[in-house]
Amino acid sequence: MKVDKKKGLLLPLVVVMMLAAVLSACSNNNNGNNAAPSSSASSSSSADVKKGGEFRFTLASEPPSLDPALMTDAQSSIVAAGLYEGLYRLDSAGEPQPAIATGYDVSDDGLVYTFKLRDDATWSNGDKVTANDFVYSWKRALAPETASEYAYMLFYIKGAEEYNAGTGSADDVAVKATDDTTLEVTLKSATPYFPSLVSHYTYLPVHEATVEANEAWAADASTIVSNGPFLLKEWAHEDKLVLEPNPNYFDKDKVNFSKVTISLVEDNNTVYNMFQSDDIDWIGAQAGQVPTDRTAQVIADGSAQVKAIASSYYYVFNTQKAPFNNVKIRKAFSMAIDRQSIIDNITQANQTPAYALVPPSIAGTDGKLFREMYPDTGYFSEDIDEAKKLLAEGMAEEGIAQLPKITLLYNTSEGHKAIAEAAADMWRKNLGVEVAVTNQEWGTFLETRDAGQFDVARAGWGADFNHAINFTYDLIHPKSGNNDGKYDNEQVGKWLDESLAATDEATRLDLIAKAEKQAIDDMAVLPFYYYTTVTMVKDDIEGVTSDYSGHIDWVFGSKK
Amino acid sequence: MVAFVLRKVSFMVVTLFLLASLTFVLMNVIPGSPLQSEKATSEQVKKNLEAYYGLDKPMFERYINYMDNLIHGDLGVSMKKKYQTVERMISSSFGYSLRLGLASIVTSVIGGCVLGILAALYHRRFLDHFSMTLAVIGLAVPSLILGPLLQYIFAVKLGWFSVAGLKRPLDYILPTIALSASSIAVIARLIRSTMVEVLNGDFIKTAKAKGLAGHMIVWRHALRNSMLPVVTYLGFMIANVITGSVVVEQIFAIPGLGKFFVSSIVDRDYPLIMGTTIFYAVILLIGRFVADIAYVLVDPRIRLKGGKAGA
Amino acid sequence: MTRDDNPFAPLQREAGAGEKITRKSLTAWQDIRYRLKGNKLAMFGFWVIIVVVALAILVPWLSVHDHYSNDLVNKNKAPTWGHWFGTDDLGRDMLVRTMMGARISLFVGVMAAIIDFFIGIIYGAIMGYFGGKVDEIMNRLSEILYAIPYLLVVILLLVVMEPSLTTIIVAMSITGWINMAWIVRGQIISLKNQEYALASQVLGAGHMRIMFRHLIPNAMGPIIVTVTLSVPSAIFTEAFLSFLGLGVQSPVASWGTMISDSIGAMTIFPWRLFFPAFFLCLTMFAFNVFGDGLRDAFDPKLKK
Repeated sequence: MKVDKKKGLLLPLVVVMMLAAVLSACSNNNNGNNAAPSSSASSSSSADVKKGGEFRFTLASEPPSLDPALMTDAQSSIVAAGLYEGLYRLDSAGEPQPAIATGYDVSDDGLVYTFKLRDDATWSNGDKVTANDFVYSWKRALAPETASEYAYMLFYIKGAEEYNAGTGSADDVAVKATDDTTLEVTLKSATPYFPSLVSHYTYLPVHEATVEANEAWAADASTIVSNGPFLLKEWAHEDKLVLEPNPNYFDKDKVNFSKVTISLVEDNNTVYNMFQSDDIDWIGAQAGQVPTDRTAQVIADGSAQVKAIASSYYYVFNTQKAPFNNVKIRKAFSMAIDRQSIIDNITQANQTPAYALVPPSIAGTDGKLFREMYPDTGYFSEDIDEAKKLLAEGMAEEGIAQLPKITLLYNTSEGHKAIAEAAADMWRKNLGVEVAVTNQEWGTFLETRDAGQFDVARAGWGADFNHAINFTYDLIHPKSGNNDGKYDNEQVGKWLDESLAATDEATRLDLIAKAEKQAIDDMAVLPFYYYTTVTMVKDDIEGVTSDYSGHIDWVFGSKK
Repeated sequence: MVAFVLRKVSFMVVTLFLLASLTFVLMNVIPGSPLQSEKATSEQVKKNLEAYYGLDKPMFERYINYMDNLIHGDLGVSMKKKYQTVERMISSSFGYSLRLGLASIVTSVIGGCVLGILAALYHRRFLDHFSMTLAVIGLAVPSLILGPLLQYIFAVKLGWFSVAGLKRPLDYILPTIALSASSIAVIARLIRSTMVEVLNGDFIKTAKAKGLAGHMIVWRHALRNSMLPVVTYLGFMIANVITGSVVVEQIFAIPGLGKFFVSSIVDRDYPLIMGTTIFYAVILLIGRFVADIAYVLVDPRIRLKGGKAGA
Repeated sequence: MTRDDNPFAPLQREAGAGEKITRKSLTAWQDIRYRLKGNKLAMFGFWVIIVVVALAILVPWLSVHDHYSNDLVNKNKAPTWGHWFGTDDLGRDMLVRTMMGARISLFVGVMAAIIDFFIGIIYGAIMGYFGGKVDEIMNRLSEILYAIPYLLVVILLLVVMEPSLTTIIVAMSITGWINMAWIVRGQIISLKNQEYALASQVLGAGHMRIMFRHLIPNAMGPIIVTVTLSVPSAIFTEAFLSFLGLGVQSPVASWGTMISDSIGAMTIFPWRLFFPAFFLCLTMFAFNVFGDGLRDAFDPKLKK
């Protein structure tokens, strides 16, 4: 908006805004009054197609963006799952299922993937979805001008990283459409989980003409052009999103909900109260959360389900600073924690005690889960006497008679606070060590932890994709930016590098498991538990569940 | 009078400029950045993002840019909510906060006056103690407790109102009560304290001696004279209330402006921090200015332009 | 008496009767104390404050429980003989924690009152009394301080200071007094043009004397109300600061943090919210009635 340059004072602006707000208040009310008849009209018109019922849930905050290239968070991905269709779509077990792609061929060296696309998929404006849409979308996400935070998800493609860095050109990104329904992608190195990767939201397609015409296309319901099972009918910012089935969706028989309303509600207690008073149909899996104080009760009386998800809760030791540069002292602290007691009494959602990093819901190979192949139960055990002995030995090795002041740092949250207080109490009782517990608000916490100004700090990691490498390379490789404790074991780095280059999956997983085991032997981090998600759903809703990563999977659900 | 207002307005502009500059510096020196995220991205991606948002330029240059845009009425685009202009974000959410705020101000003033006058008229008798107790509860029980309590009793258990949102006019009632409880208490206490004095003042005694009826005394003299601190209080309270309360908005899931004051800072969303701060300050300054003018209406002895007493 | 003779005869005036003092002579302070003692409600408030302070000092010292030891198995237990106020989510004794919280919250509340008095009243009085340019500049300065996002200031403090009670007091002194300054300014602007102030000026009283002897005492009503307003708001500000990492760190809790942590448990484990909230209300009530009593006692016009 341009205001007369000489008189562009704020005062008139404010007055205008106040007026606008009052006026919009009036018009909002009108909309509200009109909304009822018009929406019932639209639902009756679409009633001749087989449709049933509205599904309502909440998100804690509004999606920062509905542009696949710019999304970074759970909220966006949950909405995007309804709006867009990619080459593959993960089912709730985390296995990729064909979507726009009908299948793929992979070359013998595992480098070249040729996806075959269906020819009946269309955009919401009627245009056909072609292989070129994917070429355009992926290159756009990589373009430095797009400034996509998750561009690195595409770095598996040959030439992608160079283009993003400005050292290569868009033409050198090895993705091309040989015809409208064939997409050929060449990877940097063999990546057997690539079909799982292309289900990630950064790989979702966008409509070229729309994006080129209006850079703010994804900020408003009226300008979004999408290709998924649902269309965004209304986006009342900070209030709610309303989705309705896409009549042009190629598999529209699978879509059952006639309307999906996503309210934006931050407070967990409010979400719970809304569920109680029948304002929403679902809580849990990043779409609202059962209040901590209620968790035990709703699980006990059977009104909630518990499902393991691919996330780990752990503390990082600052391995570059005394006293936690000493392995034995790290071990002592880890072995002095009673994980089951923390789960039973504080988190109360049947989490699994963790003795390593990779969560149990992450896939392995041959239909087995990673943790089934490499159980972590024997990696170390909780043993107070052993912990005391190790602490004494460690202190002797370091030549210190008394531990320096130790601080446990966490980011402000009620849940983290209770766990931190319990851990400090266990260290006090079991090791006789006083640990100060300090919290910081999010931004400060991240900066403090990145700068290494801590002794022990809270951390958590959720899966970006369904593979153990995501919990090892990212967290314990000496060069990883997410190795917050600066754990530095060259051998671990080497094994992980080799695992990336390995050609068969069994060898790869072996190397990953070896690296993980070594990191735990060194107690690089203090694992606490593998997350679960507690979900509650109304009786008349079917087929809505939490996916492997703990996000609500609602798209093909139905209402009785 | 015109010259007086113009002078005041120019002072306000200077104040806003200083405030904006100070806030700009503050938000840049605190730890954290708009690009923060738990998962470290590649250096390259970070550089692209910095270039995109102009964060790679020195602070002074960004400051000049921001001020230039501001003068031209451009509050910028959010760094967190992609492609949403700060102006749009503020104006669309301000409507909710304004309506709720106005409802709450009306409630506070009426409720506060009634409680305060009753307390003063029945000084040290039952009604005084009763209204005092109510007021203290209003002060000590913050909206943090009152909100969920009202929600649980009247929305969940009794089902009289919606749990969340402002779908019907009726839904304004619970958040309005939660929002105005403390203001009712403050206004009641302020009125009582000054009115007790005024009712014992010589001119009221004169009025009584002249035979003015009881309620006339209250309305014409006592209330008017005890409104002064209330006017001061309203002057700054209005800005706080109509720009929304983050607590009440959270409890009742109201898409108002209040949460931006916190979320913008937690997210380090620089343009939104600046936008909300300036917006709030403009309302605050106007509110305080209007209060100053209202002093004269309430108490004609006050001269606005006067320097030292009696000078 | 000579009344019998003539009912309309003037009374004989005793010598010196006009000088006779019928009431006991009291100094100003004796007078205030005398009148305060006559105000039953104010005295009740006074004793409540004494009792709460005594509990805050004695209970943590005498109790068999401490405020930090976890007893996870006995978490969220309703009040019993073993734990009079029940236990919290980590099985810690609520009675001891509430009284430990009293220490912090009372300290914070009293400090807020002191900040109000020493910065707020003086700043406001100077603005209101001198008016003109002084008022303009000081007023604008306070508005800038008031409008700067408090969170930004707090996060900055977090960088330069360690989390502690001192830090909280520093954080509160930055903006905590501004409401008071504005209220006082409004009162002084009105009072300074009243007859007694003008008279005092004509008699040659200095600015300080006029301000502190004549104007501020006459603004005492709104001042005391503002103090009783800023005490609870300081107690909750402390909780907010602790939330950001600036305040006292766990396992020590204040009433503010105990209340905000237990909102979600309101309907399941109500005692976790009730006890700190009850003591906060009780103390606030006591401060309010005592403050009112004080104000009445200071006001010569209310003399009966």
